[in-house]
Amino acid sequence: MRLNIKNVSVVFPATGGRPPVEALSRINLAIEDEEFVVALGASGCGKSTLLNLIAGFLAPSSGDLTLDAAPVAGPGADRAVVFQKHALLPWLDVLDNVALGLKIQGVGAAQRHETANRFIELLGLDGFQKSPVYMLSGGMQQRVGIARALTCDPKILLMDEPLGALDALTRERAQELILNIWNDTHKSIFFITHSVEEALFMGTKLIVMSPRPGRITHTFDLPFSKKFLAGEPARQVKASADFIRLREEVLKIIFADEEEAVA
Amino acid sequence: MTDAKSAAPPKADGLLSRLSRGRATKPGEIYGVPGQGNTLWLSAVSIALFLFIWWLVTAMGWVKPLFVPSPMAIVSKFIQIWNNGFTGTPFLEHVMISTVRVFGAFLLACVIGLPLGLAMGMSPAVRGIFDPPIEFYRPIPPLAYLPLMIIWFGIGETSKILLIFLSVFAPVVLGARSGVKSAAIEQIHAAYSFGATRWQVMRHVIMPSALPEILTAMRIGIGFGWTTLVAAEMVAATKGLGYMVLSASQFLQTPVVIMGIFVIAIIAFAFDLLMRFLERRLVPWKGRM
Repeated sequence: MRLNIKNVSVVFPATGGRPPVEALSRINLAIEDEEFVVALGASGCGKSTLLNLIAGFLAPSSGDLTLDAAPVAGPGADRAVVFQKHALLPWLDVLDNVALGLKIQGVGAAQRHETANRFIELLGLDGFQKSPVYMLSGGMQQRVGIARALTCDPKILLMDEPLGALDALTRERAQELILNIWNDTHKSIFFITHSVEEALFMGTKLIVMSPRPGRITHTFDLPFSKKFLAGEPARQVKASADFIRLREEVLKIIFADEEEAVA
Repeated sequence: MTDAKSAAPPKADGLLSRLSRGRATKPGEIYGVPGQGNTLWLSAVSIALFLFIWWLVTAMGWVKPLFVPSPMAIVSKFIQIWNNGFTGTPFLEHVMISTVRVFGAFLLACVIGLPLGLAMGMSPAVRGIFDPPIEFYRPIPPLAYLPLMIIWFGIGETSKILLIFLSVFAPVVLGARSGVKSAAIEQIHAAYSFGATRWQVMRHVIMPSALPEILTAMRIGIGFGWTTLVAAEMVAATKGLGYMVLSASQFLQTPVVIMGIFVIAIIAFAFDLLMRFLERRLVPWKGRM
């Protein structure tokens, strides 16, 4: 699997007397097999625009976007999206929510429930198959969303601040869960977050983006998730000297962007 | 001076200010939710009080029976009409024929209006075409275009049902149309990202999420239907509850008028209860996600 973004720009046309906005400017990014790419940046830097591009919800104004050499034109089951919230269907129970993608693809009931059950177990939701999703906690709802995204065996998972709505403790548990799932399934992941700590802990590659125009300004290779997967406790990884040094460095970049925006 | 000053604070904390302030809730309730609390008892008391005043006013002879007959007169009139019929037609036939007219028009309005409303929500072309005629006729009182119905469609069943149909149709269409917007964009995107077609998104996401608003629109629609019934049965009808009320009023048979009003109200209320029950069964998730 190789997702290739080459010289991609997105310009939103002028509206109501406002000049056109360059949301993304000449983005170059490649996501390889089993890579965990995290995007971080001040508000308005184009993170979500970039994710919408990869998902196929948005067409680039210029540049090339290819997945395994085939151009990306519109959404498809090879790129599954996990949203921050509001994306589950409350009229379906957990099992049918997880099986939604397979149902859309015309997989028979017995087979799609079997596949869905496998991912329900993987996400630790066993026993909740028949529960209505609106009765679940935020953390469990998010796990249903991740299970649903995995069922169709996508080449890449696109996660748009999936943990943004969770409380701090649930969020740390969910980070570890996602890393373990990533380790088990070997999926590529493109992950957006506002938390520097989360970005450093989870990714293998970090891209820091800046606004006006949205662009990638820094790229870092990250060793921390591998340490966690090798058995080191999560808090210990996050408290290590290397981690803290990099965290402060990245924070400084983002704060500089924010101050520039205010000035 | 000092006296007036010390008297001022208790005055500011008087009955009015205490009533206008929010009070702490009982355990299990949420502070500040507008209108929470059980109303069953108060409703029962309200009905009992209404009946009592009605009875008192008539029993004391404060108003003439011609204007307000006593509750007992209504009941005995009901029994009499139940046994002997009204203008030669059995009571249940009047009920039956009105119910068929209202529900026939209602079903027709749902069968045509719901798909049209959904299509208007989904497609700018359909919306562009049908929005002007519907918005044009919607605010016009049915009585105003009743003569046109008679000129165009005669005095038979067609114009009666059509009149009721038109009054139900607009709210049902508008409900379905705005229901299309109920789905969160994330839900729609999720379905598309699984490779769903537009039709699948419609079927699996947009239609189910529109259901609460559609059910509400149906409740409002059938209400309009009953409202229009009497107007529809002004047209050369010889049967029906609306006809019964109208012709009784012409002969100053006030007990029959009031009895007919109660029967219409009871049928409409029973159907509304059924719709509320359906709502709880079909969309228990309403407003919860």
